[in-house]
Amino acid sequence: MSEIKIVNLRKQFGDFVAVEDSSFTVNDGQFLALLGPSGCGKTTTLRMIAGLELPTSGKIYLDSEDVTFNRASARDIAFVFQLFALYPHMNVRKNIGFPLLSQRVPETEIRARVEETAKLLRIDHILDRSVSGLAGGDRQRVALGRAIIRRPKCFLMDEPLGTLDAEFREVMVHELRELHNRIHATTVYVTHDQHEAMAMADKIAVMNHGVIEQFGTPQEIYNRPASMYVADFIGSPPMNFMRFHSGLERGTRSVLLDGIEVPVPEVAEDVPPGELALGVRPEHIRFSDTSRLRGAVYGSEYLGTNQIVAVETASGIVKARVSADRSFRLGETVGLEFNPAKLAVFDCASGRAIASTYAEARHG
Amino acid sequence: MSSVNTTAHSVVEPTPTAKRIAGAIVILYALVTMVPLAWIFLTSIKSPPDSISYPPKIVFTPTLEGYCNLFTTRTRQTPDYIQSLPRPTGTCDEITRGRNMVIAGRSNYWPRFGNSLLIAFGSTFLAVSLGTLAAYGFSRFRVPLADDLLFFILSTRMMPPIAVAIPIYLMYRQFGLSDTALGMILLYTAVNVSLAVWLLKGFIDEIPREYEEAAMIDGYTRLQAFRKVVLPQATTGIAATAIFCLIFAWNEYAFAVLLTSGSAQTAPPFIPTIIGEGGQDWPAVAAGTTIFLVPILVFTIVLRKQLLRGITFGAVRK
Ligand SMILES: Nc1ncnc2c1ncn2[C@@H]1O[C@H](COP(=O)(O)OP(=O)(O)OP(=O)(O)O)[C@@H](O)[C@H]1O
Ligand SMILES: [Mg+2]
Repeated sequence: MSEIKIVNLRKQFGDFVAVEDSSFTVNDGQFLALLGPSGCGKTTTLRMIAGLELPTSGKIYLDSEDVTFNRASARDIAFVFQLFALYPHMNVRKNIGFPLLSQRVPETEIRARVEETAKLLRIDHILDRSVSGLAGGDRQRVALGRAIIRRPKCFLMDEPLGTLDAEFREVMVHELRELHNRIHATTVYVTHDQHEAMAMADKIAVMNHGVIEQFGTPQEIYNRPASMYVADFIGSPPMNFMRFHSGLERGTRSVLLDGIEVPVPEVAEDVPPGELALGVRPEHIRFSDTSRLRGAVYGSEYLGTNQIVAVETASGIVKARVSADRSFRLGETVGLEFNPAKLAVFDCASGRAIASTYAEARHG
Repeated sequence: MSSVNTTAHSVVEPTPTAKRIAGAIVILYALVTMVPLAWIFLTSIKSPPDSISYPPKIVFTPTLEGYCNLFTTRTRQTPDYIQSLPRPTGTCDEITRGRNMVIAGRSNYWPRFGNSLLIAFGSTFLAVSLGTLAAYGFSRFRVPLADDLLFFILSTRMMPPIAVAIPIYLMYRQFGLSDTALGMILLYTAVNVSLAVWLLKGFIDEIPREYEEAAMIDGYTRLQAFRKVVLPQATTGIAATAIFCLIFAWNEYAFAVLLTSGSAQTAPPFIPTIIGEGGQDWPAVAAGTTIFLVPILVFTIVLRKQLLRGITFGAVRK
């Protein structure tokens, strides 16, 4: 297995920049999720790693070998396409064995390896079926089989669960991660679904408009989003932003929200006056009658174990995730209290998170 | 889609009445188009006098005279000479002698038929092969001026090919291609390749690129991916295209008359030249036409499955 290193990778289609100067490294055996909304350049990035698309500039290294301009067939990688691309004129067995055929592996060995792979994926009972009649999950497994049989340097997957229904997706998420734990293949997995990324990945790269906004572990991405975009994209409901106008000094430990002092992790840089936003995750909000930060209940959404309560404050609507025991009346006035250690401050103009001790600690 | 309740019917399934009406229309249409063919076949088994009698005969004694006359050349002899000959060796011998003639040799029908086979299948093979490669190129690569090129290719079909007959005639004479099988193959290929490119591009566009990309990632070159993954999935389109090309090349008359007269002559210009005693030998002409229909019929029947899916241009394909 091996390491994938991307340096300043850029792709333009005419004047349109699909991927902008991306750099990241996927360590040997690591599972990276490329996460972002539709059209942000995930597929393009993946196709460049695969060799299906040539970058406009930048370098791609596989195991420290420069493969930027190598042909796809010379890169020793496997690709799982969103619609699986199972060859309709071949049965399951032929589909899985097809990559070996190109390497002139003897027939008996192909047979043995196909059967071994099928057993691993629990599809040995459908080997002689035509692929056109298969259910979504089985198609998925056949596509995976075709990818892993060659024992390639790494796996690239483009939204492989995108066409499955929600229930089955959950099953496949576990299967995929389990498979990864067993074979430890370096994997780049493209998805627009944050739950898939969170559940499977060792590292997540959040992309937006061709730019990688943040690269980190799921915990880092969730707890310390590097930008308002990431904070808003991850989590459901996403992070609340309470806007205020102010400047900050290094060492400050609180911000003024509509005249009310709210403690925050120690600010680690000087910020000139401007539009700022206090970011707070719904689960880091408590209702407290003594708090000076008050608002009126605007609506609530019951989720079983807990509920999401929307509160209208002077700084905008804030959604809190609280226990489901208590019921609220619409318009009822409540006090809000935040967990100070978990707060983040953003610069609204650039969207960037302002450095704080928490951020330093997590990153350092 | 059957249902236990016989009065209910699904929205997509036509009602039994609609089906019956549609069936009747199809049968009626088939009958109308089959009448001339049936008439040709009937004429081919009539005697020459029956074939031109008026009113036309529906009931007659069938004879193989037309086929005998098609395959042979005959000379007239005196009844005494014919009496002096040994016993006839076959049906045709006997029929011919009945008309006071003896068989002098073989006619040119089979050689002309052979030319038709060679030229039609040869040009179809070339047109479809070139068309498949060109269509694949247009479909998958960024070809500079692709749209203009495609329009240019199509524009060769915008006038009847015979409009360029004179220049081609002169050109062929210059290059020594007149009355050669190669010349006719090249000509029919040139006419058909534009049709082939356009039809096949449509079919290949419908094959997702992911298939080839998957094959290329799995270690195959583009050409191998084309052969192992694209071609097998394009068979429907290739079959449909081949039929169209073959029908054109097989039936083509005008160029064949103009450019072939001897060794490379095809069957269409030959058949009308079959002359009997005292005028056109209609049963022989009809016999020649009947046999001429067989290869296309066989080809179509063999490829009928692919055709049915191909000619509807994706409507029936999944
Ligand atoms: N061959 C191409 N020519 C021109 N533009 C392209 C081409 N391929 C992709 N693009 C554009 O590049 C942008 C990024 O595309 P890409 O397919 O990488 O997005 P994605 O993140 O995979 O989105 P999705 O979730 O919809 O698959 C899109 O706006 C797309 O229109
Ligand atoms: Mg995509």
